[in-house]
Amino acid sequence: MKISYYPGCTLKVNAKNFEDSTIASLKELDVELEELPRWNCCGTVYSLSTDDLIHHVAPIRNLLRVKEQNNNKVVTLCAMCFNTLKRANLKVREEPDSLEKINNLMYLEKLKYEGDVEVLHLIEVLRNEVGFSTLRQKITRPLRNLKVASYYGCLLVRPREIGIDDPENPTIMEELVKNLGGDPIDFPYKTECCGAYQTVDHPEIVISRTYSIISSAQVNGAEVIMVSCPLCAFNLDHRQKETKQKYLEFRPMPILYFTQLLAIALNCPENVLKFDLHYVDPKPILKEKGLI
Amino acid sequence: MRIELNGEKIRNNFVAKISEISGQNLLACYQCGKCSAGCPLVSEMDILPNQVIRFAQLGLIEELLSCKSIWICASCLTCNTRCPRGVNIAEVMEAIRLILLRKNIDNLKIIELNEKRRVELPQIALVSSFRKKTA
Repeated sequence: MKISYYPGCTLKVNAKNFEDSTIASLKELDVELEELPRWNCCGTVYSLSTDDLIHHVAPIRNLLRVKEQNNNKVVTLCAMCFNTLKRANLKVREEPDSLEKINNLMYLEKLKYEGDVEVLHLIEVLRNEVGFSTLRQKITRPLRNLKVASYYGCLLVRPREIGIDDPENPTIMEELVKNLGGDPIDFPYKTECCGAYQTVDHPEIVISRTYSIISSAQVNGAEVIMVSCPLCAFNLDHRQKETKQKYLEFRPMPILYFTQLLAIALNCPENVLKFDLHYVDPKPILKEKGLI
Repeated sequence: MRIELNGEKIRNNFVAKISEISGQNLLACYQCGKCSAGCPLVSEMDILPNQVIRFAQLGLIEELLSCKSIWICASCLTCNTRCPRGVNIAEVMEAIRLILLRKNIDNLKIIELNEKRRVELPQIALVSSFRKKTA
């Protein structure tokens, strides 16, 4: 299976571990990612105002690139990119007027966008296109006894119209963990915001969020937290340094992308996991479980 | 806090502007407080999310334009998902931010960011915070 792939900025730099583990895993699953030519930043946040059409041009231009590849589906991994691309797509599908204006703003492009590209998140591709049962059969190193809490954050599940699962109690990531042979751990903070971009000028807010989210996962028995957003990953992982300084009883916990756990379960080479990008080293717990 | 109300304030075009930019019917809100109850960042705010809507209904311009809450809201959309009246509170927060940003009044001073801190941040953190807090 071939599918268009929109990486987004962060996957090429700070979240290289997210991209490399994905490409290696999908090779094992016979899915080929065709990276979009000339992709541009999606804008990261969907504009919430009624009169701000210019901010939807960037995501729509990326969807036009999908058509240039003669594809009608695009997959993305970053929760922020997914949300922005999918919401902009929904907006132009519902508002022909806005679509026409955006097309006029992109008058130098050869093609016109017609709302005919489908934006998918990789977890949806794993469930619907590859199939969790096929995936289960290809697992050669199940995540036996590894207790994994799934952290969805905001943008995979809200708003309801574009979410990959129920906005209040999603379970698709837990299903993935189960199919990878691990023990999914439920915890009440799984859809609670990590503070997002407040990490830039208000790190103290993110530190208190990180403390609450990780402590809740620990109380419920988790050994690692699995995420799908590079901003959540940064806040939950790298901000643990300051969290530990502020809350003395705080115990660190490794944060992993779901594709890193997928790559481990599919026995991909260890260099695609790029643990050097992590603040809290996931190796000790993975070694203890015999997974690396 | 002492708040003065009058008909002139309520009929001020500020109220109409917030409704227009946000696309929300402010009067649909009946102040149940569910948005504030579920907001994960409410402890950092000076005006609760339900109060932001109430102040917007009443045209309390200065109180809204000078509050911290509109900048603390990170558009996680928990409130929107739970509002029983279908009011998108996050859109109202965005509209008030935009009223300031469109006058070139930034909340974030990029130049003041510590360089060491800036390089460690992921790209999406910087882009999203600039998009939300600068003109």
